[in-house]
Amino acid sequence: MSEILNFFQQNIQMIYIVILMVFAGVEIIGHVPAVLHTPLMSGANAIHGVVIIGAILVMLHMDPENTLGLAIGFVAVVLGTLNVVGGFVVTDRMLDMFKTKK
Amino acid sequence: METALLNISYLVAAIGFIAGLKMLGSPRTARRGNLIAAFGMLLAILGTIFIYPKTAHIEVPGFVYTLIFIAIVIGTAIGWGIAVKVEMTKMPELVSFFNGMGGATAALIGLMEFSHNVGHTSKMSMIVAGLVIGSISFAGSMIAWGKLSGKMRKPVRLPNYNIINTLVALIIIGFAIYIVVSQVSNPVYIYTLFGLALIYGILFVLPIGGADMPVVISLLNSFTGLAAAFGGFLYDNMAMLTGGILVGSAGTILTVAMTKAMNRSLSAVIFGAFGEGSAAAGSSKKIQGNIKEASPSDAAILLNYANKVIIVPGYGLAVAQAQHVLHELEELLAKKGIDLKYAIHPVAGRMPGHMNVLLAEANVDYDKLVDMDDINNEFANTDVVLVVGANDVVNPAAHNDPSSPIYGMPILNVEDAKNIIVNKRSMKPGYAGIENELFYNPKTSMLFGDAKAALTKVVQELKNM
Repeated sequence: MSEILNFFQQNIQMIYIVILMVFAGVEIIGHVPAVLHTPLMSGANAIHGVVIIGAILVMLHMDPENTLGLAIGFVAVVLGTLNVVGGFVVTDRMLDMFKTKK
Repeated sequence: METALLNISYLVAAIGFIAGLKMLGSPRTARRGNLIAAFGMLLAILGTIFIYPKTAHIEVPGFVYTLIFIAIVIGTAIGWGIAVKVEMTKMPELVSFFNGMGGATAALIGLMEFSHNVGHTSKMSMIVAGLVIGSISFAGSMIAWGKLSGKMRKPVRLPNYNIINTLVALIIIGFAIYIVVSQVSNPVYIYTLFGLALIYGILFVLPIGGADMPVVISLLNSFTGLAAAFGGFLYDNMAMLTGGILVGSAGTILTVAMTKAMNRSLSAVIFGAFGEGSAAAGSSKKIQGNIKEASPSDAAILLNYANKVIIVPGYGLAVAQAQHVLHELEELLAKKGIDLKYAIHPVAGRMPGHMNVLLAEANVDYDKLVDMDDINNEFANTDVVLVVGANDVVNPAAHNDPSSPIYGMPILNVEDAKNIIVNKRSMKPGYAGIENELFYNPKTSMLFGDAKAALTKVVQELKNM
């Protein structure tokens, strides 16, 4: 029990962020026309690629002797980059087609 | 000083994610929104690589930097290459694939962080949660990708799959709690958890039919967001936390919006099978009547003498890559002074909004695409409706057959029009596996054949008129 209370105490700011972001996400998506669901999903998909930062942090902290760790970290960074770059590029390509021709 | 710079870069990234996602919600600002989010991401990544080691006072050996750069270059090359080349019809499976990559990243982070954090309960909870959700998202996305790209057509259902899935989920939760509470230090435990979560991801998506796949992808998308957010907690990283939670919450709302557009409930998608009940219902009700076949020239004549035409595009159009021919047909009719619009059902294509992307690719004017709610009243004074490769979204059973599995689904009121031309490859039922009485309507003429071939012939006939 005290562990849980401690956790709240130490992370109270982050918990505020979580709650505010939940509401922000709901508000942002609430009134989007179905037309844009596909690009929106693709864009959101690119944004969660932010997990790559975690992979980079792991690599920066990794013991240089730990070959397996470095190998897994390397793969993680590759996959994370795939998510970020592929996600943003394909969303852009999709949206490029929506431009009005006038 | 450096800490401030790093925090500012994360702050700007977080603002970029929020503003970018907001701008993605409107056609005019969407592209800029995507670029703003991408810029935020770039800033956060650069800050992590170049500023973070100084703030944390760690010496990073040169070859580790080299490894990171090589990894980023490889990821960029592959990601960019796929994103630029992929056909727009393959969009849903591509999103699924990229989503799986993000999930895998989250899972791998958990694998690596395990041994550093044994005995640290709150950090270990974040690691375990991120690993489990990331793994489920990865395995599930890969299955969804396989299904959508046609590698796995049929839903595979183990007997009592709901019970099995629930059991596996409970085992995972129990095992994860055990790892956190008992402070085990042997990495075998975390690898076992990883394996179990992968299996669950597979079991979770395997029984779900192809038509529901977009909902699943959207759901897994928010899962990966959640996994990223757990990473944010683990590293006290605001950019990861903001981006992750934002996508987690927005993705959940998007999932619900999609299920509404498709007249499905989330629990029905996950626990109930579409196929079973509907197959029985479909076979019990045989539709009486004759179908009337039309030749391309019949169709061309009908179109030529119409004043007002509405085109209803469906996935069959995309499969046949007929959107360009359709656009040619549209221009031809426009020259003859015929009023022409496209009626877009919210779930036309493979996921909501997919059809708009496909038609936009063929240079169809954005203003000609009309949403279902806005166009449904116009069918009554329309001379000809041309249905290309759509089926369930024009099935009147949704209005008048309470026993039908699609009963209650919003549809395009195509049958109100004076004449209906339906282009289909065969009489085979659509994705939901249900017969369509529209085809037996006396006003309907069936133009059989591949959409591209059939429309090309119609265009030829029209040119000769």
